[in-house]
Amino acid sequence: MKFIKALWNPKLRSRTISYLVVVAAYILLQAMMATGNLSRLFTSLLVPVTAYTVAAIGLNLNVGISGELNLGQAGFMSIGAFTAVVVSALLEGAGVGALLRLVICIAAGALMAAVMGWLISIPVLKLRGDYLAIVTLAFGQIIMSLLNNVYVGLDPKGLHFAFVTNTIQMEPGGKLLISGPMGATGVSTASTFTAGFLLILIALAVVYNLMYSRNGRAIMASRDNRIAAESVGIKVSQAKTLAFVTASCLAGAAGALYALNYSSFAATKFDFNNSILLLVYVVLGGLGNMTGTVIATALLVVLPEMLRFLQNYRMLIYAIVLIVIMLVSNNEYLRLKMQQLKTKLTRKKGAPANE
Amino acid sequence: MSENNSQAPILEVTDLGIDFGGLTAVNDLNLNVYPNEIVGLIGPNGAGKTTVFNMLTKVYQPTRGTIKLLGQDTAKMTTIDVNKAGIARTFQNIRLFMNMSVLDNVLTGMHNDISYGNVSAIFRLPKYYQEEKEKTERAMELLKIFDLDQKADLIAGNLPYGEQRRLEIARALATQPKLLLLDEPAAGMNPQETEELMKTIRFVRDHFQIAVLLIEHDMKLVMGICERITVLNFGMMLMQGTPEEVRSNPDVIKAYLGE
Repeated sequence: MKFIKALWNPKLRSRTISYLVVVAAYILLQAMMATGNLSRLFTSLLVPVTAYTVAAIGLNLNVGISGELNLGQAGFMSIGAFTAVVVSALLEGAGVGALLRLVICIAAGALMAAVMGWLISIPVLKLRGDYLAIVTLAFGQIIMSLLNNVYVGLDPKGLHFAFVTNTIQMEPGGKLLISGPMGATGVSTASTFTAGFLLILIALAVVYNLMYSRNGRAIMASRDNRIAAESVGIKVSQAKTLAFVTASCLAGAAGALYALNYSSFAATKFDFNNSILLLVYVVLGGLGNMTGTVIATALLVVLPEMLRFLQNYRMLIYAIVLIVIMLVSNNEYLRLKMQQLKTKLTRKKGAPANE
Repeated sequence: MSENNSQAPILEVTDLGIDFGGLTAVNDLNLNVYPNEIVGLIGPNGAGKTTVFNMLTKVYQPTRGTIKLLGQDTAKMTTIDVNKAGIARTFQNIRLFMNMSVLDNVLTGMHNDISYGNVSAIFRLPKYYQEEKEKTERAMELLKIFDLDQKADLIAGNLPYGEQRRLEIARALATQPKLLLLDEPAAGMNPQETEELMKTIRFVRDHFQIAVLLIEHDMKLVMGICERITVLNFGMMLMQGTPEEVRSNPDVIKAYLGE
């Protein structure tokens, strides 16, 4: 009982709710799958949903917690994805099993994206506000264009790389892993819904643990008031970099998970539209609200598929639904009611509130 | 300049000046602050008081003159270095971390006093728990001094004005300064709150053994707690002295009331 109470204290409450929502959704979906109540289409969406959720959680750290608009998150997903493809092929050659291969690929994707995120943060974080957003957009495009022109082959002698034109000469038994605009081909899949579910929990734990720590406070303080943050000895650029790199790192892990779910995919899968969609998930879920991000991502990834029966009108209706959701969720009256409900609930649980 | 202080000054400002474009905002300012004293910086609106604070904390880079903090020249220091070296401040227009809790605002002030890194934080190693516990206890003690301990979990932006001002002082003290700069701490407070604040400032000075330099328009507060006062007018130092000397100086009266 004491343990449950501790989980409900103000510092841990949002975290507990996030975990509960994710675990509940996982159990529900597993039960539906076991009883055959989930269509093939939805089953095929499970892994992409988890991947986008992880990337969106990372983006919310950057946009909601650190307060810097980032329009290039999909670019970091693609870095993770293509890293995973190459690492996966290498590991497969070495005879590594699917599960271990997935774990190593996710770690490699996360690491690679984090390194790239750190490099990109050096010029990017010199800027602020709209300027920063536009530069992240540009970097997202650069990453996509570069990956769209990369050729990677693997033969018994090792990895071969080429750029723009495929000049790779391979020995017999070699295969092309990434072939420019065609993207990654012949990927042996390894991602599972359970792995995605666990990755979401890890992403949530990382973000929450970071938020409620010395450097997490520095990130939020730098967002709320830059001058005051410096006046108490916080290096604002360092705090912003930490948020940006962690966000990239999570996007990389998400990309790796996504990549090993498909036998082939192209770099254009992670274009500007995807960065915007991730931002939509974050904004709809609420800036800084991780539970909201999880729910919004799941809903908005699934929604277009549910609207398939509308055929040509599908994207039009999707856009309209999005507008309606935004208007409703920003309604002052509704917000007030929600706030009242929240204080009512917390008052019952906790000590009598003052005021 | 100051007769009753044999100790070395904490702050030594010599011939300080700053120009913005062609405009001289502050010129030829000389000011010493000794350990454990409360010094007032007063003057009519636009006299350059806040500009002085911004130079002391290196938000602005002075054009002329030197600032020495505990004998150390601050010419090459940044805002962050100055804070680490022992100056903490509050702001005229309150600058709290409005979306963070009252407690987190104070804990943020302890940023450079916490040694665990990201790994300890993300993996929640014992070091994290131990240090967070220590610092939270210290933060609560600070909040208690400012009568905010009951509101530790509230969001700072939701506090009434007077409490926000007090929280800002608590956050500044969390950085363990040797010199506290208060920029109009009583602005927007009613007489009763101001009375309380005077007591608190004195208590803080005695309890933490620090020096306080404050800008204030409330003459009751300035005359009540400052041991020495520097008067600025049009960016120039008009005079320096005890509250009695300032009160009876015809130049000061002229500066405030006009001819």
